[in-house]
Amino acid sequence: MSAAAKASSAGQGTTLEQANAAIRRQHLRRYIVSYGVLILLALFFLFPIAFMVVGAFKADTSVVADSGSLRAFVPVPFVGLENFQQAAERGNFWISFRNSAIISAGIVAGGLVVNSLLGYALARVPFRGKGLLLLLVVALIIVPFETLAVPLLLIMAELGWTDTLHAQILPFLAQPLYIFLFYSFFLGIPRELEEAARIDGAGAATVFFRIAAPLAKPAYAAAGILIFLASWGQYLWPVMVTRSIEARPLPMGIAEFQGLPPRDWGDIMAYAALMVVPLLVVFIIFQRQFVRGVATTGLKG
Amino acid sequence: MTAVAGGSGGVRPSAPPVRPKLGTDTITGWLFSAPALVLMVAFILVPFVLAFYFSFTNERLLAPPGRQTQWIGLDNYVRVLENPRFWTALTNNIVFSLVVVPLQTFFALFLAILVNQKLRGVVVFRTVFFMPITVVMAATAVIWIVLLNPEGLVNAFFEIITLGNFSPDWLGDPAYALAGIIMVSIWASVGFQMVILLAALQDVPESLYEAARLDGANNWQQFLHVTLPGIRNPLLFVLTITTILAFRLFDQVWIMPDRPGGPLDATRTLMVDIVDTGLNQQAVGRGSALSIIFLLIVLAVTIVQRRVVKQEGEIR
Repeated sequence: MSAAAKASSAGQGTTLEQANAAIRRQHLRRYIVSYGVLILLALFFLFPIAFMVVGAFKADTSVVADSGSLRAFVPVPFVGLENFQQAAERGNFWISFRNSAIISAGIVAGGLVVNSLLGYALARVPFRGKGLLLLLVVALIIVPFETLAVPLLLIMAELGWTDTLHAQILPFLAQPLYIFLFYSFFLGIPRELEEAARIDGAGAATVFFRIAAPLAKPAYAAAGILIFLASWGQYLWPVMVTRSIEARPLPMGIAEFQGLPPRDWGDIMAYAALMVVPLLVVFIIFQRQFVRGVATTGLKG
Repeated sequence: MTAVAGGSGGVRPSAPPVRPKLGTDTITGWLFSAPALVLMVAFILVPFVLAFYFSFTNERLLAPPGRQTQWIGLDNYVRVLENPRFWTALTNNIVFSLVVVPLQTFFALFLAILVNQKLRGVVVFRTVFFMPITVVMAATAVIWIVLLNPEGLVNAFFEIITLGNFSPDWLGDPAYALAGIIMVSIWASVGFQMVILLAALQDVPESLYEAARLDGANNWQQFLHVTLPGIRNPLLFVLTITTILAFRLFDQVWIMPDRPGGPLDATRTLMVDIVDTGLNQQAVGRGSALSIIFLLIVLAVTIVQRRVVKQEGEIR
């Protein structure tokens, strides 16, 4: 910048050209260094994913045999969809996929509804006991699920809920962090629209569903993405509460399949690819919303 | 409940809005709150209170009929603290966080600064760096089992840069197992910290940089005196959350070694200890005591962070 200022103040054409050339060289060098570093880092983040995708199409024995050289990224010997077939048959991929889908859909849908309703009530409805309720929500944000897992497991065993899907949904519906997220979001949107609707005689439910909730779309998107990622990847709780394949979600499924003899790594990579790639595609399409959701929610926590 | 009058007990000091019909509002408020409240009580508050209670009893999972649960005072805590495996686990968590927290935060800040440059196509790189966040940790762990095998890609890389002098059995050798887990963990989650720090970087007003440049500050001085103070609180937040996540370490160490927490307890963590005790040994009482100890550690980390944030706020 200071060089540019000097250059512009220089009267003679030759010095101006020289200065410009120097700046251009400097810029070029910065570009090359920046892109070089960025590309190296990109390779670091991409190589395990590439390894998995290629491995999914390779003969089982070659996956480990080739794992120490660049051959790891060449799908030879190519076996087509055979590994995927094995992952589906031997690994029971689709049962776990169904379980994961039900669990995540249940947690995301139910969680968004109950958390936003409570967040809205705290932000907008004046009612007795509200202060205490807000205090409870804020206090519970700090309690990590890990602290609750052992007593919760006993509760599930007493209720006879072990090895069920609802045992993996219900504990994750109400989440103080997201209640607080909705609470602060609703506080931040202007209340005039809602008040106008109320004067026109609309009830609280109508105001919420017709006016407040649509205005809070960004909050729903951010919370929905984060709740989905957490529930889709949940591993600790299924380890504790599931016993059979009938209730096991994908993270449990791949961990089990990986330990199941014969350890055919091509099949295991196919399993991993089936559970990872669709989500990656969705992420790449909606990466802006993903990143924004994580950033805003992260900063609030 | 009735002790707190509607509205006045709220944290927000702003004037309460016009409330024409307090009765209906109270009903509406509780109707809206009821679903989440019931779930919170059932699945957070009750287990939380039970964790405290069980930690003083000899409660067991799937106890035979007729077995009486007894109050045993601090016995569980004594047994936990006398167990060398607990200390192994705690040490592993501490070593893990001492390495991962500074390393990952520094790396995340570096990535955030890189993708905050005004370069063509920089969004592509941001997307790539963030991608591992969307890969389920269990799948990440399984992929890295192959990458970390003694003849795998990670060792191929180290053999090139050390001319073949360094190729450990990452997951099989107790001396290197935790290091292997650290590598995976950073790969898998640095993007999360990067995104938070990136948002913080973009919040630092450009005018501050301009002023610094007018004062003749070079890039490094700008970073030290404009960037760092500007992202101070997000940075502290990242440090805290990374520390807490480090203490929650579970998926990788349960999946990647031949046995959970292995080899020879080299990757055993507090969470492995909790699951091992509460589930495998069915000792709900002792598992609850461990859970409470775990909670106290998380609370301590959070309180320290809040203190630091507040203190600096007062000085400024």
